[in-house]
Amino acid sequence: MMPYAVELVAVTKRYGTTVAVDGISLRIPRASYCCLLGPSGCGKTSTLRMIAGHEEVSDGDILISDRNVTDLPPVRRGTAMMFQSYALFPHLNCLDNVAFSLKMRKVAKAERLAAAREFLTLVHMDGYAGRMPAQLSGGQQQRVALARALITRPDVLLLDEPLSALDPFLRVRMRDELKRLQRELGIAFIHVTHSQEEAMALADMMVVMNEGRICQSGTPREVFDRPVSRFIARFIGGHNVLATPSGPIAVRADRCRLAATTDEPHVSGRVAAVEYQGALVRVSLVTDPGDEVSALVPDSVFYAQPVQPGDPATLAWSAHDTHRLNEA
Amino acid sequence: MIAAGARAAPGKRPWTFYVLGTVFGLYLSFLYGPMIVIYILSFQGPNGGVTFPMEGFSLVWFRNIFQVGQMGYIPATFERSVALALLVSALTTAMSVAAGFAFRRRFPGASLVFYLAVASLVMPSLLIGTGIGLEFRFLGWQTGLFTSALGAQLTWTLPFGMFAMFAIVNRFDRSYDEAASDLGASAWQRLRHVTLPILLPGIIGVAMGAFTLSYDEYARTTMTSGTQNTLPLEIYALISSATSPVLFAIGTLTTVVSFTVIGGTLWVIFRIQRRRASSRPA
Repeated sequence: MMPYAVELVAVTKRYGTTVAVDGISLRIPRASYCCLLGPSGCGKTSTLRMIAGHEEVSDGDILISDRNVTDLPPVRRGTAMMFQSYALFPHLNCLDNVAFSLKMRKVAKAERLAAAREFLTLVHMDGYAGRMPAQLSGGQQQRVALARALITRPDVLLLDEPLSALDPFLRVRMRDELKRLQRELGIAFIHVTHSQEEAMALADMMVVMNEGRICQSGTPREVFDRPVSRFIARFIGGHNVLATPSGPIAVRADRCRLAATTDEPHVSGRVAAVEYQGALVRVSLVTDPGDEVSALVPDSVFYAQPVQPGDPATLAWSAHDTHRLNEA
Repeated sequence: MIAAGARAAPGKRPWTFYVLGTVFGLYLSFLYGPMIVIYILSFQGPNGGVTFPMEGFSLVWFRNIFQVGQMGYIPATFERSVALALLVSALTTAMSVAAGFAFRRRFPGASLVFYLAVASLVMPSLLIGTGIGLEFRFLGWQTGLFTSALGAQLTWTLPFGMFAMFAIVNRFDRSYDEAASDLGASAWQRLRHVTLPILLPGIIGVAMGAFTLSYDEYARTTMTSGTQNTLPLEIYALISSATSPVLFAIGTLTTVVSFTVIGGTLWVIFRIQRRRASSRPA
């Protein structure tokens, strides 16, 4: 039997009468990068905070490395949390922030400072040991927060929207860094985000949540290629969701093309907008029934036969690219 | 990073600027004018009176303060006032911090408890003082500075301290606490190493506020102080009995004390905050 890093068994979180997390079950393999993804209010942060032990579980069980931790305090769960605001202690310098957990365990000063230096080096912040948090940029604060969490040698690192406070350029760099650390340390990372792009770039396992339930989980490729429902297809993006007599379908926008006449599946309408994206051009159409659809067309193909907003157009795709969806 | 230094040059100011500026100027002169007059007159020559003109300059009135005369002995009342203010400040701080933490969680009846606690702010001070004095007499207890007066002053300083602490605690980011427990701090370690240090500047502010409120409290203290006077009570007694520039000298001296306390506190808070924002070699 393969032990999982984290196992949720019918976990429910109620706040008064509202149900934030509705009986979810999930198994996160060891040494994997798991992203909890969903719109705000979907229950992903509550789930993370219950795993961390900062939120009580109303019902169900949480197992970490095969140990039931449902009623254990945060420190005895083998988890470490990185907070969205980083929560670096403003009155301590970087080194003391990182050494904090060792100080609480009464590790001798020389020993804990040496360990803290080591972890600052791991996140490339060894040159900033004496700085106070207020003097660091957002990206630097995040690295220090990461070192402070990792020094507890957790089995599972929990990250609450870790990249949302960074500018787009830094976000991509930190993304690589997180993935590198996860591989090097060989522990499970559970990362909460509302950005599907972030989740796809990072995750080994992607868990899409909505309204307190898990809608789909799997590798990013499985989720993107075979979304199970309308909600997933819309939320993941890059799909056209269409109603057909035999139920809703999804077609990836990059598998659609503009065609004059065709006997393949197609919809017709008028061009609403043309957006140049470099290698690709996005052509948005409003179909005759009023649906919005789009095609991602390679730029060379588009400019061979360009269209303008207002032109009539037909969107076509191959029958094997039609993907059936559940009604939900 | 260097902040942009240049600001757009102000254009012509609207007429309201001058009206409001004048009002503010009048307010400042109303506030500080009389005090400045008192400070100047406290250096009145030995033969001068309580009004201008100055008959030379001297420190004789300051020396008078420290002489045991037919008036009360000012240094003793000053010591009493400071001792009482220190005690009031310590109690107010301890209770306000505890109350601030208690009110971080909503509990049943929280609003009622809150309004009961702060209600004494709106009750007339003299009535509260009189009430406490009567109560002591009714119970057959002797009123005194460190019993009835202490209690009477706390009815005044505690609501202020609690209001301030609620504001301070409200701004406290709870993820600091969660991070501390996540990193293995016990409840006590969390308080000692995270919560209190982060809140320290605010707590010092509460202590200072309580100290100054107590130091010049009159209305509640006058009916409860028993046989010994605090400094404000003594000064009030002097105003009605004696008229000499020695009153002004007392005024100047107590102002120096107040400003030293406030300035010293602000300096400490400033140092803490600058230390948090400045580099220390590792």
